[in-house]
Amino acid sequence: MDRDMVETVSLRWLRRLVVAAFLVITVFPFYYMLMLSVRPIERLLLDPGSLVVGFGELTVATYAEVLRAADDGGQGFLTFIRNSGLVAVAATVLTLVVAIPGAYAVARLRFFGRRQVDFLFLAVYLFPSIVIAIPLFVVFTRAGLRGSLFGLVLVYISQTLPVSVYMLKNYFDTIPVSLEESAAIDGAGRLGIIRRVSLPLAMPSIMAVALYDFMIAWNEFLFALLFLVDKPDRWTVSLGLSLLADGVEVPKTVLMAGSVVLTLPIVILFFASERLLTEGLTSGAEKG
Amino acid sequence: MTTTTPGTGRSPTRERPAPARRRRPLTLRRRESRAGLALVAPTLLVTIAVIGIPIVWTVVLAFQRVRLATLRKTGLFGEFTMDNVDRVLHTPGFATTLWTTLVYSIGGTLGSILLGLVAALVVRRPFRGRTLVRASMLLPYVAPVVAVTFVWQVMLDPQLGIVNDWGQRLLGWDAPVPFLSQESTALATVIVFEAWRYFPFAFLFLLARLQAAPGELEEAARVDGATPTQRFRHILLPQLLPVIALLGVLRFIMTFNKFDDVYLLTGGSAGTEVVSVRVYEFLTARTDIGAAAAQAVVLAVVLIVFVLIYLRFFGRRVD
Repeated sequence: MDRDMVETVSLRWLRRLVVAAFLVITVFPFYYMLMLSVRPIERLLLDPGSLVVGFGELTVATYAEVLRAADDGGQGFLTFIRNSGLVAVAATVLTLVVAIPGAYAVARLRFFGRRQVDFLFLAVYLFPSIVIAIPLFVVFTRAGLRGSLFGLVLVYISQTLPVSVYMLKNYFDTIPVSLEESAAIDGAGRLGIIRRVSLPLAMPSIMAVALYDFMIAWNEFLFALLFLVDKPDRWTVSLGLSLLADGVEVPKTVLMAGSVVLTLPIVILFFASERLLTEGLTSGAEKG
Repeated sequence: MTTTTPGTGRSPTRERPAPARRRRPLTLRRRESRAGLALVAPTLLVTIAVIGIPIVWTVVLAFQRVRLATLRKTGLFGEFTMDNVDRVLHTPGFATTLWTTLVYSIGGTLGSILLGLVAALVVRRPFRGRTLVRASMLLPYVAPVVAVTFVWQVMLDPQLGIVNDWGQRLLGWDAPVPFLSQESTALATVIVFEAWRYFPFAFLFLLARLQAAPGELEEAARVDGATPTQRFRHILLPQLLPVIALLGVLRFIMTFNKFDDVYLLTGGSAGTEVVSVRVYEFLTARTDIGAAAAQAVVLAVVLIVFVLIYLRFFGRRVD
């Protein structure tokens, strides 16, 4: 056997092994989360190393506790889910409303300062969010916007805007100009062209960006912590869950049930649209 | 950019002004410019209002004596003082925090790129179930940070975590290891977490680049007798280096600024206090806005310096 054969064969086996290892490290924590969330805490304490849930010990009491309203002795996650959903949907819609025209302009139109816009977005994207957080904290405290979901939406828009514009711009760049030109020859105005030609063609990319924005807003923690912490009825799921852990003696299984509640919408959305998202996120990756 | 190539010159909107009839194309050009500005205005407005102004303001606050209690009385341009910067630089733990942040950033960056590279190499060629494997590999990145940090905390818990249970039963550990609360392991654990959570980011970029690599080169090398490892070393790796260099700078910046992961995993205890967690402590626990701003400015300056050094060494590759 020559070196080539040895390497080819051993690499083939190594590859299978590595793929399996990756599957374990990526999927296992989520399986573990789900498994713990349906076990009673006493069973977990007795046997922390078990990988399966016995049929008899299956329980949904953890979920009941997490979801029940605070007045009924629960943790009130239904309210948090509503808050998170509201904030994430509003941030997504508003980001798109702002980003689509912006991206179109950067991709298609020549105007003063177009070149600088790209650089500006990159700089904004990479700037520490804690630096931005301080003055926003000050302003929101002054303007009485602390504790308001609207303030949070505003911050989320600014956080997702750079990447959204960048991704949409890259997609607009791939749409042939000639399509828009024929519409122009047929007498369509600028807005008509955008609405009738460019938008329908860019739909896949717009969906990908929408998903990205939704995920960022749903998962976000720092700004929610800074702005909403005094107002329990405005908490998002992320914030509610993190503060639940600080509370007095909440069983770990209940925490895991809360984590599942927080993660599930994102994972479902993600697997429903995985292809769309992977392609959307990497389009233009080589351009860097 | 499609719009600047001369080939598209036939478009009615981007016609070069012909010498004979200069006036009409000029107005079209101007109309295009106005439309462009109008369409991009909302984006610019939001960015400047929510990002641009706050950045400038942080710098101003860094040189003012501001506390949360006196906030309503302080004007935008009050007295300027170097007190905050001085206090930040001389508060005990400043150098340690900076060093921790650096170790954390470099460790997390290298770890995530390395894992991402291996992951991209193994799913490069089609096999059954590849789509599912690829999707699963993105899970750590898309899942909410609060949920994944909790799962890690529970998994590593000394009493009821699965890692310590298995470690004691199967690997013969004498006592449970409190991974996240003892100085000797906390920072390393946080770095491993960082690599785990962000390798999908590197994976996506590297996989996209691998799939764009022309097959002929590798084929030719194979015909010439290059073994798989040689083909990787001499054909694939040189093609990947620009992306790796870019990922290096992106991940370094993002990890350097990271707050949630460390805050949620350890709260900054056991030798894991990074700069952004420290800023947060100044801001909320001590309600010392001036010091928080000064600390944040120091963070940004250090970051800019590191990125400039990096670009000096790898700048050509990043381009």
